[in-house]
Amino acid sequence: MTAGVPLSWYLILSAVLFTLGVAGFVFRRNIITVFMSIELMLNAVNLSFITFSYQLKQVNGHIFSFFVMVVAAAEAAVGLAIILTVFKNRSTLNIDDVSSMKN
Amino acid sequence: MQLWLIPVFPLAGFLLNGLFGRRFSKAIINGIAIGSVLLSFAWVLKTLLGLGELNIPHAEHYFTWIQSGTFSVGFDFAVDRLTAVMLLVVTGIGSLIHIYAIGYMAHEEGYYRFFAYMNLFMFFMLTLVLGANYLVLFVGWEGVGLCSYLLIGFYFTKKIATDAGNKAFIVNRIGDFGFSLAMFLIVVNFGSLDFTTVFQAVPGKSEAALTAIAFLLLLGACGKSAQLPLYVWLPDAMAGPTPVSALIHAATMVTAGVYMVARSSAIYTHAPAAMEAVAIIGLLTAFFAATIGLLQNDIKKVFAYSTVSQLGYMFLGAGVGAFSAGIYHLVTHAFFKALLFLGAGSLIHALGGEQDVRNMGGLRSKIPWTFATMVCAGVAIAGVPPFAGFYSKDAILLAADRHAPWMYWVGVITAGMTAFYVFRAIFLAFFGRYRGEAHPHESPWVMLGPLVVLAALSLAGGKLFNVPEFLSPLFPLAEEGHDIGPMLVSVAFGLGGIALAYLFYVARPGLPDALAASFSGLYKLIYNKYFVDEIYAAVVVDPVVSGSREVLWKGMDVAVIDGAVNGVGNRSQRLGGLLKRLQSGSIRSYAVWVLLGSVLLLLAMGVAGGLR
Amino acid sequence: MDVILFLIFAVIAVVCGINVVVQSHPISSAISLIGVMGSLAVLYLLLGAEFLAAAQVIVYAGAIMVLFVFVIMLLNAGSETRRGRSFMAQLLGVPLLIAFLGLMAFFVQRLFPGAADVHFGAFRGGTALAVGRALFTQFLLPFEVVSVLILIAILGAVVLARKELE
Repeated sequence: MTAGVPLSWYLILSAVLFTLGVAGFVFRRNIITVFMSIELMLNAVNLSFITFSYQLKQVNGHIFSFFVMVVAAAEAAVGLAIILTVFKNRSTLNIDDVSSMKN
Repeated sequence: MQLWLIPVFPLAGFLLNGLFGRRFSKAIINGIAIGSVLLSFAWVLKTLLGLGELNIPHAEHYFTWIQSGTFSVGFDFAVDRLTAVMLLVVTGIGSLIHIYAIGYMAHEEGYYRFFAYMNLFMFFMLTLVLGANYLVLFVGWEGVGLCSYLLIGFYFTKKIATDAGNKAFIVNRIGDFGFSLAMFLIVVNFGSLDFTTVFQAVPGKSEAALTAIAFLLLLGACGKSAQLPLYVWLPDAMAGPTPVSALIHAATMVTAGVYMVARSSAIYTHAPAAMEAVAIIGLLTAFFAATIGLLQNDIKKVFAYSTVSQLGYMFLGAGVGAFSAGIYHLVTHAFFKALLFLGAGSLIHALGGEQDVRNMGGLRSKIPWTFATMVCAGVAIAGVPPFAGFYSKDAILLAADRHAPWMYWVGVITAGMTAFYVFRAIFLAFFGRYRGEAHPHESPWVMLGPLVVLAALSLAGGKLFNVPEFLSPLFPLAEEGHDIGPMLVSVAFGLGGIALAYLFYVARPGLPDALAASFSGLYKLIYNKYFVDEIYAAVVVDPVVSGSREVLWKGMDVAVIDGAVNGVGNRSQRLGGLLKRLQSGSIRSYAVWVLLGSVLLLLAMGVAGGLR
Repeated sequence: MDVILFLIFAVIAVVCGINVVVQSHPISSAISLIGVMGSLAVLYLLLGAEFLAAAQVIVYAGAIMVLFVFVIMLLNAGSETRRGRSFMAQLLGVPLLIAFLGLMAFFVQRLFPGAADVHFGAFRGGTALAVGRALFTQFLLPFEVVSVLILIAILGAVVLARKELE
């Protein structure tokens, strides 16, 4: 029998991708790049769900992933529309400039 | 018998005049005020005539005031012979003084307020006298203290008056504290505050308990009746209008203490130590106040110290077992002391406000009626037979002699001093040359009328109203045996006092100043009232005030309580200021906070063993 | 065989992920993200999630990322130039990330030491049939709700992004 991949490897991969997503969120200044980091995080979580679904031999994890994808799509649409509006109003894509909620 | 109407008539007068008096004309105010008191007096007469012999008290129960387990206090009124005497004095003299006040207060501000307060006072005094248990008595007790405060401070724009009102109320409170403690002890020992219940159960109680109760009641009486050491408020109370001094601080309120002691005679006769204390305090007060009265120059202050002194006599009478003699003196004192005060008021009114006897003189031709009536009062208080004061004072001195001869001698000397200072005031005011600046004129008849009535009572009242005989069912008379010796001695002292006063102030006017110069130390001491007020201020008042200010106000209130409350506010503000920096507006720092939180959460879960 | 496939595509995913974060021009980040998604689709296949692998490629890589690229090109977003100002991020960002990753890895090792290995084909429950059946029976309500959600998203996007009516 061929050796399988230990389950923990998938989970660690998921954690690494998630961390990369957070790093992108924290360190990048361009709004769109930040948004893409969010999508990266969501993908990492999807991987986790499917891994657990395999472990428990159920389809529920897949369903959850499915919903995550749907919501990510909706969120991407609306979020990008917002970014467009922000760009129209402030002519900048720098996230540090969108700080009128300060204090 | 509807006893409740007796106090309610003046209460109605108070309410009407108090609430609506501002809009009434003087005639209506007079009508309501005088009318209510006269109605009360008439009702008293009707009640007493209807009750007949009054060998057993007539009681009326109105409602249960306190009901707690087995302890209950009802709002009850009762009339027995002692109450009857007090009722007649309060309503009778009260009516006369109210009528007098129409004339005296005619030009004063706040006319309706004055009569409203006077009526309120009558209400409380009558409640005090009619009460059938200690608690109702206490209601009246406190109420008259309140009215005293209101009326002393009637001229509230003058600081002297308001200070005097405060002093009266506060010193009275000290006495009331004793009274309250006594009531608590009575409840503990007897289970009831009702007079009949308590007095019937007295013989079975321990002497220690009874002595404690009696001493505490005495403390209350000292406050209300201005005995040592709580007499200091009465001379200052002269800052109020003269009718107030006459009614409250001569005839009625200050006698409440004597009444209360007489009412509690059952307790006192079973607590000999306390009774001895009553007698000694009374005697010392009488002597002490008389010495001060010798040198005062304000005519109202002379009579104020005289009141303190005469109250001492009443306490002396009660303390040696002659309760009826004490009450007898209460009645006659009401006559002549009210007369003296009202006469002084007439004098002051005639001189347009002058109260210092050094600025008076030679007025007997100018205000003859006032002069005549005041002389009547003077001979009565000096104990000259057959006028009123002689009978009552004699009864007390005889009882004192039987109890302890030294008390008799001190009492007799005091009687001499009494005669001296009263006639000193009379001679200085009415004889010699007029030393003042005003235009003396006789008072209107509305003021002179009561003076005449009181003069008649002062002269004839002693013989007419044989109070001890009337009270004999309550206070059994001692054996008769007319001791001529002591009686003659006391009369002699009285007449001697008058003669000495004549010598000093009419025949040889320079003599008093010469004597004052040679005994200057003693003179200064007595003239400054033995510096009692200053001593009290230094020993009691100042430490309390500074203690309050430094410790309680600055220490506790400002530092601790305000500090805690404000401190909470400050901390919250600072915390808020700190937390607001979280809202930096930068999304990236928010993300870092979330990350931090999640790391901590993971750590916590790991430490707690959730991820095993 | 499985291990080799996993390692190849895991490495591709990680490298593309790093690229997403590191590249200065957003378009490069977008392309790298597509790469991540592609490799993740393969990994899903290895885990037996056939339907989801296909959905990943069609929806995520094919629609969402295309939308991203459109917007980037529309906004003509250039490379990032200026330095940022977030003190917080500079100071705490790296240590926290390292701590986070470390903790996750540690706990994963603790929790799944002897877990089953993943064999390709061992799990057959990820077919479109299985997913569809679950979706339309057990998860019907969420399914309907999410449809409404999409509708709302469409409306929102349209409203936000249209030209203002004069």
